[in-house]
Amino acid sequence: MTKSKVLALLVVAVMVASMFTGCAGGGGEIKIGAIQPISGQVSAYGTQTRDAIQMAVDEINAKGGINGKKIKLIVEDDEANPEKTVNAFKKLVTQDKVIGIIGALTSKCSLSITKEAQQRKVIMISPSSTNDTVTDAGDYIFRACYNDSFQGQVVAKFAQETLKAKNAAILFDNTNDYSKGLRDNFKKKFEELGGKVVIEESYATGDKDFNAQLTKIKGTNPDVLFIPDYYSTVSLIAKQVKSQNIKAPMLGADGWDEITNNAGEEVVGSFYSNHYSPDADDADVKNFVKKYEEKYKITPNALAALGYDATYILAEAIERAGSTDTSKIKDEMMKTNKKFVTGQIKFNEKRNPVKSAVMVEVKKGSDGKLTAGFAGIVNP
Amino acid sequence: MKKNRFFNAITLTVTSASLYILLALLIFTGIIDEYNGQLLTLAGIYVIVSLSLNLITGFTGQLALGHAGFMAVGAYSTAIIIMRLNVPMIPAVFAGGLITAIFGLLIGIPTLRLRGDYLAITTLGFGEIIRVIMVNLEGLTGGAAGLKGVPPFSDSGDFILDAVIKFSWVYGFVIFTLVVVSNLIKSSPGRAIISIREDEIASNSMGINVPYYKMFSFTMSAFLAGIGGGLYAIYFGYLNPQMFGFLNSVNFVVIVVLGGMGSITGTILAGIGFTYIQEWLRIFKDFRLVIFGLALISVMLFWPKGLMGTNEISVVKLVRKYFFKNKNSDNSSSGSPASGESQSEGVR
Amino acid sequence: MELLQQFGQQMVNGIALGSVYALIALGYTMVYGIVKLINFAHGDVLMVGAFAGYFVLTSFGGDASKISNPLILILAFIIAMIVSAIFGMIIERTCYKPLRKAPRINLLITAIGVSIVLENGARVIPWIGPNPKQFPTLKNIGFLEKVSDFIKSATGVYISPVQIISFFIAVLLMVLLFYVVNHTKTGKAMRAVSHDMNAALLMGIDVNRIISFTFAIGASLAAAAGILFALNYPQVEPYMGIMPGLKAFVAAVLGGIGSIPGAMLGGFIMGIAETLTKGFISSKLADAVAFGILILILVVKPSGILGKNIREKV
Repeated sequence: MTKSKVLALLVVAVMVASMFTGCAGGGGEIKIGAIQPISGQVSAYGTQTRDAIQMAVDEINAKGGINGKKIKLIVEDDEANPEKTVNAFKKLVTQDKVIGIIGALTSKCSLSITKEAQQRKVIMISPSSTNDTVTDAGDYIFRACYNDSFQGQVVAKFAQETLKAKNAAILFDNTNDYSKGLRDNFKKKFEELGGKVVIEESYATGDKDFNAQLTKIKGTNPDVLFIPDYYSTVSLIAKQVKSQNIKAPMLGADGWDEITNNAGEEVVGSFYSNHYSPDADDADVKNFVKKYEEKYKITPNALAALGYDATYILAEAIERAGSTDTSKIKDEMMKTNKKFVTGQIKFNEKRNPVKSAVMVEVKKGSDGKLTAGFAGIVNP
Repeated sequence: MKKNRFFNAITLTVTSASLYILLALLIFTGIIDEYNGQLLTLAGIYVIVSLSLNLITGFTGQLALGHAGFMAVGAYSTAIIIMRLNVPMIPAVFAGGLITAIFGLLIGIPTLRLRGDYLAITTLGFGEIIRVIMVNLEGLTGGAAGLKGVPPFSDSGDFILDAVIKFSWVYGFVIFTLVVVSNLIKSSPGRAIISIREDEIASNSMGINVPYYKMFSFTMSAFLAGIGGGLYAIYFGYLNPQMFGFLNSVNFVVIVVLGGMGSITGTILAGIGFTYIQEWLRIFKDFRLVIFGLALISVMLFWPKGLMGTNEISVVKLVRKYFFKNKNSDNSSSGSPASGESQSEGVR
Repeated sequence: MELLQQFGQQMVNGIALGSVYALIALGYTMVYGIVKLINFAHGDVLMVGAFAGYFVLTSFGGDASKISNPLILILAFIIAMIVSAIFGMIIERTCYKPLRKAPRINLLITAIGVSIVLENGARVIPWIGPNPKQFPTLKNIGFLEKVSDFIKSATGVYISPVQIISFFIAVLLMVLLFYVVNHTKTGKAMRAVSHDMNAALLMGIDVNRIISFTFAIGASLAAAAGILFALNYPQVEPYMGIMPGLKAFVAAVLGGIGSIPGAMLGGFIMGIAETLTKGFISSKLADAVAFGILILILVVKPSGILGKNIREKV
């Protein structure tokens, strides 16, 4: 046999061996899976969420677990790629036999597994997928955050009622469902309230040059500029907004979380909606931020807070159900009505939490650093 | 000669059928669990698309970097045909393949007259344009939010049975692709295609219509990639333009290169291996892609022929050797049946 | 008037973007001219250059978010260009040189491999990491502000100081390159190697050295383009080179690959076409337009605008 044949044989042998390596589950623990993007484009969000979930699990286990059983958390990395999410889901459900899954982070990943989670009666709670249709698949699918339509409405309402804006411009990422969902809902609500969206411009993920779009936007002279995207892109857009001398205040959504650490002075005077503010004067928030900072040496972002909440919501529902029967757990999930880090959480009939959103304003502190100051609360 | 051909056909049918029965039984009894069954099925789709890429890159010698784009066309058109027109699955998959072939034809006409490098870049650009189109044709494709609710292969409610059915369909299409590709390269157009790889100018002067055969191979390749895409759509039930990015195209190139450009068995082995390795390498997080890149470079530098070079593992020879003690003197040799259904008797 | 002014503004935006594309395209064209390789890793060398510039600016610049001293900026350019040149030469020596006699497809695949390694290597290096970093911006430079204000009041079109700087640096580097290629001994040798490598070897030209030199020049131009890109769009991240790299390649093909003036021309055309598409047609189509141009060029005039039509010989 030649060298390559030996190699080919070896590959086959390893592959075959690997197929039979499924492992049996233990009895004295409750298995929960987490699907988060630990690597890939949005790994910054995924690692923080994972850390927060892990922290919540450690806390629960330190207190003796759920009804005397320890939680075993199994984390899978999906790289924010729906194909990998499906594989991770299959592994968690068929090999590890988890009863609940915390994830996925992005809406497109969550959407790729909701149907099967429902069919297999696995409780799924996404900490952060805001797309409206995520929970449509059925009564086993929950989320810990509010959805796009609520958030779009919050920002639109804020723009009209607090900022008295009449004309709005929107600059959004046409290739990103998150950005598009917010665009749609903001526009709908803003026009419903009597305002006018004078111009909508778009770009693709990864674009760096927004001058052409901004030149057009400037020509329409809007009162506010809504930019529903993540902070990394927003910080880039904001610089070009200022260099083009557009005076309208910028508005954003929860993707702007952490903008204060990632942008310069050009974002001062902008507003965005968020799930929580780490500076908020609230005992739960303070406690969470303190513990997280002690453990991981960084200030937790909103997704971390949501991951932490999602874990507690699920754990408490399992505790109340008193068994690992997921049909009981899902009923108990619906009975959730408690104050968590990101606010009072109660699920509506579509298993979306009914909770208020915070509007924050980017301000320049006395030390020259940017801070996110409380600018108002919008109730559902 | 005729008897030989008959013998070959029987051997291959029996091998592929028994391998199928074996694997299906293992999945059915749960010895191969659902997760591995899933990976095996996914590997089948990877093998189909990689084989299609091998046809144009390995056998014709033209590097194409947009096969994820072809897959996207196949996936979206199959899904839309099933969902909007209520066409049954099999005709829909073939229709998806045909639509992709038309796309291939349209892309190929301007570029295949030119040198190979242009094809690489144009196909890359094509992949990007397809993404832009998929995002903007919102009414049809669901845009950036993706296309939900493509009906699955089967929805019996029994997960094990579903897994077996899923696997069976994909396996069937893998066999179909294998039959098409291996017969194609043994046919007269296939010889022409290989001669283009070996020396374009020489084959031109031998009277081979080079642009025509390049076109032929490219369109065929697009057709098969489209079929792979169609299966992918049904398999996942959810499509998103971002699932078909440039890196996915590169994945297929990696498979073909690792398996050996111009080897069908190599592609099969590398395709299955790649699917599994991707899962294992998840623990390396972002290092995974660094490893891929280094692997690609080192294979090209130190082992340019890949796993198999242009050689094949022939089941027929194997069966002859071990069951009939009927040694023949053909230059291709035997080895493991591996994923079984390889049938080419060595390309050269 | 309104429309005309907007058109003027979009042209300015386009030329600024185009000058960056032109610089990158030069690297592609020079390397292709000599070793007939589409250097896929070229865009990633740009990223390396931009990061080198970033580290110089943040460690010597004092205030991390503003560049106040123009000398520091010049230093950043020089160091980034040297670092990238070294990268370019190492890549050529280790990955491309052993394959010089191999089929072109192998070389192309290696280049893709190099590109993947550079991008993802940068992501896993702890002090670069996957998250975008803020690139320092220019502090108000009195003189340029005045120029920009003057243009604004005279024509109504706003040209930012950064745009003025990037245009002039790009033109300066192109003129320099033009001089090196056409009026120095090394440049003559480069042209000879690109014309016929074997004949050049017989004439006593050190082909290896010339190829290394070409890669070094291409890479340093990419580094300069990287810093200009980052000054215009103040963010650096490991994947930043992919799109500009691809578009610059299209620019090189458009101008006629292998032709230096062609690359410059192609770069400007690409920048302007892209901006005008965004400004007057639809911002959704900007990326599709770039590749649409490529396919159109291949159909109409495959050798590009300024390229020579060469028949392939045995």
